[in-house]
Amino acid sequence: MASSDHTVLLWGPTVTARVHPVVIFSICDSYVRRSDLADRVIGTLLGSVSPDGTVDIRNCYAVPYNEQGNVVSLDIDYHHNMLMSHQKVNPKEVIVGWYSTGFEVSGGSILIHDFYSREAVTNPVHLTVDTGFTNGEATIKAYVAFNLSLGDQQLAAQFQEIPLDLRMVEAERVGFDILRSTMVDKLPNDLEGMEVSMHRLLALIDDVSKYVDDVVEGRASPDNNIGRFIADTVASIPKIPPAAFDKLVNDRLQDHLLLLYLSSLTRTQLSVAEKLNTAAQIL
Amino acid sequence: MSSTPMTRSFLQVAATEEVASPLRVVQIEGLVILKIIKHCKEFSQTVVTGQLLGLDVGSVLEVTNCFPFPTRDDDEEIEADGANYQLEMMRCLREVNVDNNTVGWYQSNLLSSFLTVEVIETFMNYQENIRRCVCIIYDPSRSNQGVLALKALKLSDSFMDLYRNNNFTGEKLREKNLTWVDIFEEIPIKVSNSALISAFMTELEADTPVTQCDYDRLSLSTNPFMEKNVEFLIGCMDDLSMEQQKFQFYYRNLSRQQAQQQAWLQKRRAENMARKAAGEEPLPEEDPSNPIFKPVPEPSRLESYLFTNQVSNYCNQINGYWLRGRVSADYI
Repeated sequence: MASSDHTVLLWGPTVTARVHPVVIFSICDSYVRRSDLADRVIGTLLGSVSPDGTVDIRNCYAVPYNEQGNVVSLDIDYHHNMLMSHQKVNPKEVIVGWYSTGFEVSGGSILIHDFYSREAVTNPVHLTVDTGFTNGEATIKAYVAFNLSLGDQQLAAQFQEIPLDLRMVEAERVGFDILRSTMVDKLPNDLEGMEVSMHRLLALIDDVSKYVDDVVEGRASPDNNIGRFIADTVASIPKIPPAAFDKLVNDRLQDHLLLLYLSSLTRTQLSVAEKLNTAAQIL
Repeated sequence: MSSTPMTRSFLQVAATEEVASPLRVVQIEGLVILKIIKHCKEFSQTVVTGQLLGLDVGSVLEVTNCFPFPTRDDDEEIEADGANYQLEMMRCLREVNVDNNTVGWYQSNLLSSFLTVEVIETFMNYQENIRRCVCIIYDPSRSNQGVLALKALKLSDSFMDLYRNNNFTGEKLREKNLTWVDIFEEIPIKVSNSALISAFMTELEADTPVTQCDYDRLSLSTNPFMEKNVEFLIGCMDDLSMEQQKFQFYYRNLSRQQAQQQAWLQKRRAENMARKAAGEEPLPEEDPSNPIFKPVPEPSRLESYLFTNQVSNYCNQINGYWLRGRVSADYI
């Protein structure tokens, strides 16, 4: 393997990859649904490449393939059909690479990678997802390949691991609670969610004030960084006198009450209207 | 082999054919939720739709995959293209062992209304081909506030009967005891994930005490949203009152016509009395050729039912906001 200063010479700007959770979900799903004979699934990654070299992997689809000994056969027709279909929905998504399940890069990969280098707009990214939990943890890695050549003669290709950013923010929006367990009986509703968030917020405030108290009383060793963070946070809210703050909250509550009244009134109207519509009949 | 899951699914479908139990739960995979969200977010300015794939197992409808439809154009050529796209996509997905049973469709909802005649028509179309069908509605704007705004809806059976016969007169509705609440049925949603995904998510979960979801929920700028809601509510009320006017107009016409009929009948009776007295044959008491006996068409109540539904939706949303506001105020 080349040492790091070599790679800098060969690569210039470093490439990073961003993977959205839907991609991980799709890969896992296609792995669960793989055919009996296959021990891994591979597929195409779709997304976009930003000018600074970040590869944004937003979508993917599995491609049927066959591996026997050294012969790797990929269903290229299928790949093209799916690509056409996906581009009809979102023309902005282009091929950015390919994925494979399994731990790190395997032998047949270079052939598939060659194929994708011809298909992709830029240097393709190779994403591996270790569905077997080989070393006891969920390993997801991204690689780019470059050729080692001497003169005109190509000697080998080398896969270089690149930093990977799992965009878990998207998953957080949905909520880990429903994505993590195998079965959730009920979607959380507005109120429950709000209550959980409020509890978390209060717990955090408690934590911070406890820390500050500890520092002030000399029980914990002060950390300037944390102190600055707390100061910044406190300073980011304009200082409002308690009376004004009370008024703000109450005014808001009044507004909401008014709206609530309005909507209750509307509902009553609806029931009346319904009675009139169906009951009234001149005969 | 690749066909095993398929045969099983057909067997299950065949089994449910015999005992048709009512649809009780929609079980969605996390993958489907993420895919729907992705599609709806990318085209947040337009209404997007897509197909849901899955299995129909007893009283549970499993949604295991989905694919988006290209944004619709009115062009006929493109429409035919869309049908091809659908077939092609289903064929491709079957090849990688995805359940290729259509179980319904999903649709994004831009705050405004999703309860339209078009949705009902689409639903009827689906229902003709598949026995169980569900429509999943996702609201991206509400989701920005930390709520997972997914809803599974289906049309109620009694409503479908009426719709097929296109019978929305007051009499029929009273006979069936169908009110606006009974048009759509909301089905509870369950979420399931494969053990593999569950393992990955547990492993990958970031170790932060606060998630993006919390930030979204605690955001205080709900006012623009409320304003929009109230605005739509007012618009809907206007529409509803238009519908009511139609009915008033109809009733006025109807009563005028009945008065005319009575007057005519009395005249005819008096005439007949006179003729009887003169020993002549009485004239018939009905005259179909007379325009006052032509029945006045009764306007359909479907529209007003839908508007009523929308209004009640907005009311619910406003109430939901208020409750959220209360919860946070309580804690403050």
